[in-house]
Amino acid sequence: MTGESGSGPESGGDPPGDGSIRAVFADMFGRIERSDVLIVATAMVAVYTLFMIFVLLRLGITTGTPNAIASAWRELTFLFAAYAMLALALNLHWGYTGLFNIGVAGFMAVGVYTMALLSTSPDAVSGQGLGLPLPIGVIGGMIAAALVGLVAAVPALRVRADYFAIVTLGLSEIIRLSLNSRTLSDWTRDRFGFATGGGSGIDLPARPTDALFDTAAGEALIDLFVVRIGGEEVTLVAASVIRRFTWALVMLGIMIGFYWLLRRIGYSPFGRVLKSIREDELVAQSLGKDTRIFKIKVFMLGCALMGLGGILWQGSQGFVSPDSFRPIVTFYVFVAVIIGGSGSNTGSVVGALFFVSLLFLAPRRIGGIVDARLDLIDAPGTFAGAADPLVSVFNAEPMLAYTIDNISALQFILLGIVLILIVQNRPDGIMGHRTETAAAVDLNRPNRGEEDE
Amino acid sequence: MSEPDISAEETDGRAAATDEANVEPESAGAPADTPLRVANLRKTFGGIVAVDDASFAVEAGSLTGLIGPNGAGKSTTFNCITGAHKPDSGRVEFQGERITGLRPDQIANRGLVRTFQIARSLEEMTVLENLMLAPKGQIGETLWRSVVPGARGKVVAQEEELRERVWETLEFFEIDHLAGQTAGSLSGGQRKLLEMARAMMTEPDMLLLDEPLAGVNPTLEHKLLARIHDLQDEGYTFLLVEHDMDVIMQHCERVIVMHQGSVLAEGEPSVIRNDERVIEAYLGEDV
Ligand SMILES: Nc1ncnc2c1ncn2[C@@H]1O[C@H](COP(=O)(O)OP(=O)(O)OP(=O)(O)O)[C@@H](O)[C@H]1O
Ligand SMILES: [Mg+2]
Repeated sequence: MTGESGSGPESGGDPPGDGSIRAVFADMFGRIERSDVLIVATAMVAVYTLFMIFVLLRLGITTGTPNAIASAWRELTFLFAAYAMLALALNLHWGYTGLFNIGVAGFMAVGVYTMALLSTSPDAVSGQGLGLPLPIGVIGGMIAAALVGLVAAVPALRVRADYFAIVTLGLSEIIRLSLNSRTLSDWTRDRFGFATGGGSGIDLPARPTDALFDTAAGEALIDLFVVRIGGEEVTLVAASVIRRFTWALVMLGIMIGFYWLLRRIGYSPFGRVLKSIREDELVAQSLGKDTRIFKIKVFMLGCALMGLGGILWQGSQGFVSPDSFRPIVTFYVFVAVIIGGSGSNTGSVVGALFFVSLLFLAPRRIGGIVDARLDLIDAPGTFAGAADPLVSVFNAEPMLAYTIDNISALQFILLGIVLILIVQNRPDGIMGHRTETAAAVDLNRPNRGEEDE
Repeated sequence: MSEPDISAEETDGRAAATDEANVEPESAGAPADTPLRVANLRKTFGGIVAVDDASFAVEAGSLTGLIGPNGAGKSTTFNCITGAHKPDSGRVEFQGERITGLRPDQIANRGLVRTFQIARSLEEMTVLENLMLAPKGQIGETLWRSVVPGARGKVVAQEEELRERVWETLEFFEIDHLAGQTAGSLSGGQRKLLEMARAMMTEPDMLLLDEPLAGVNPTLEHKLLARIHDLQDEGYTFLLVEHDMDVIMQHCERVIVMHQGSVLAEGEPSVIRNDERVIEAYLGEDV
């Protein structure tokens, strides 16, 4: 009865479980391999430890260290969950179905701004919403992103795959520039009573978890991190960090929901058709699959998830402006999917973790450590100012200071190098080639399989 | 059966003429006897006329050969019949209904399924996945059913049934030892087998096979042909493109000969073999 994780790479087939709750549960979680959970957990432990070490290297052990560690972990968790959600959604489009969507940021923007226009209070400082309840805003944002996806997909289905990419990129930029428009914002404010605020952005509703901290339980949680050392009250972790960390954990939970959903789609006849569309659409059609319907459905679903991902991420920081939806965000999400190996859901999660930790945050952290420890001179303002002393008097310090000062530019070089290495050496992603068999059951020969292998 | 083939000597307009002479008496308003009818099909690619006013019909339950020199337009005809290409003009009927202009999936769902000359396997998918994909009427292909807990019970049950059939088919085509491999790792001949097995999984009424035996070893070739005959007895209809004349002569009840986009001759193998124009067409192409 319990079909969960057999010894093989694929778990045993679940029995058709129409009736019992137990069967439904076995079916819900049975096919998530233990090894995958282990991979993600191990990677997370490694990365979180690394970030703790970063903080220790920078600060040493002081009373401020726990707060700094919590803060670093908070940032890591927050961005990891955000990028993992988006990578999973993109993997559904690109990895599974072969839909080359390079407008991820645009669909995020539609989600976030729709949520804002619905749920921000009408008397916000910047931008104006209708002041509807937050759940309506969130659902509205997802629906709007899905509908924009539909609008993009229907005409784009007629064109070749590479044109599809250009359509999505163009659409994403049109969305960002429209949101940026002051004229449009003023007009909608006068006409309809809501406004994007143009380039100056829009205020957003508070995180729903923040309300928890006004309750007794929330305050008790905050007090938990205030300890008494030698008669003095020391706040180990600041209330603001706890508040934001709580939200990051909620995002992590929702990310697991994404994973569950997409994995379930992957392991189904529906997912099988998606894969076949990616491999060779004419074959799928010749076998009687109406690929247009599948493509539209999957594109809309992925866009809705991108919208939700955007809301949970960019929509959770009290304020957002069109600048948050530059094409670079789409690029980053692609990097996460490529690192993890496109086509693999577990890979997307691991790819997002490594992208956020090692490529996105680590260079800055390391820069911070060098800065704090070496007590460098002020960075020269120009490259010449940094390079000349190195060449003429072999003084590397200006160069080092300059490098640390411009670490985020170096990040791009690092990103490029990593991408080249991965594409050349591990085109299937860091986890290598993975077969996530698209079927709702274990396809091994039912009667003989166990003994033979 | 169709002597007129030989008597009709002239070049221009003869394809259509002989064809009508051929088709009419047999089909005479009884589409059930000729599930597939092609009339005046024409397809051009820029300046190239790939199919030029081709007309023919395929009898129910038959194994009909479609032959012709390289570039005669056989594959293009298949593409036009199955909706992969839009014909410039002409008409295709399947089981008495016009299917010209329908999408490939609509045509496949009516029971007319094809294989490709250059095997198109879904390379990153395993052999098992390839076969599991094919069957029609899979309830799990609806998004909500594949996701909602509880609704999945039926999907799983159906998957288990399909799995049975998939393994039977794999065993028959002697590719069961490759089940877990990705299709991309298969050899050319194995891909041909995979493709035919996949087409069979759709349980079609009629199969259009574009050189299914190319690259298949002789033992298996015989087995496949025997299987085709079995299926014929069950009521399946086959249209087979094949360059091996021995196969055509021994196994097909009827043969359609294409040359430069037109139907040059149509009839029983024994008649076709001695048709002067057919011999000329092949000699002209140096075969
Ligand atoms: N997609 C295409 N674009 C342009 N020309 C094409 C295309 N497909 C086929 N042709 C041309 O149409 C003609 C008929 O080709 P087709 O593939 O139908 O021949 P065939 O009878 O299947 O030959 P073979 O026995 O070699 O497979 C050829 O001259 C070919 O060059
Ligand atoms: Mg051909």
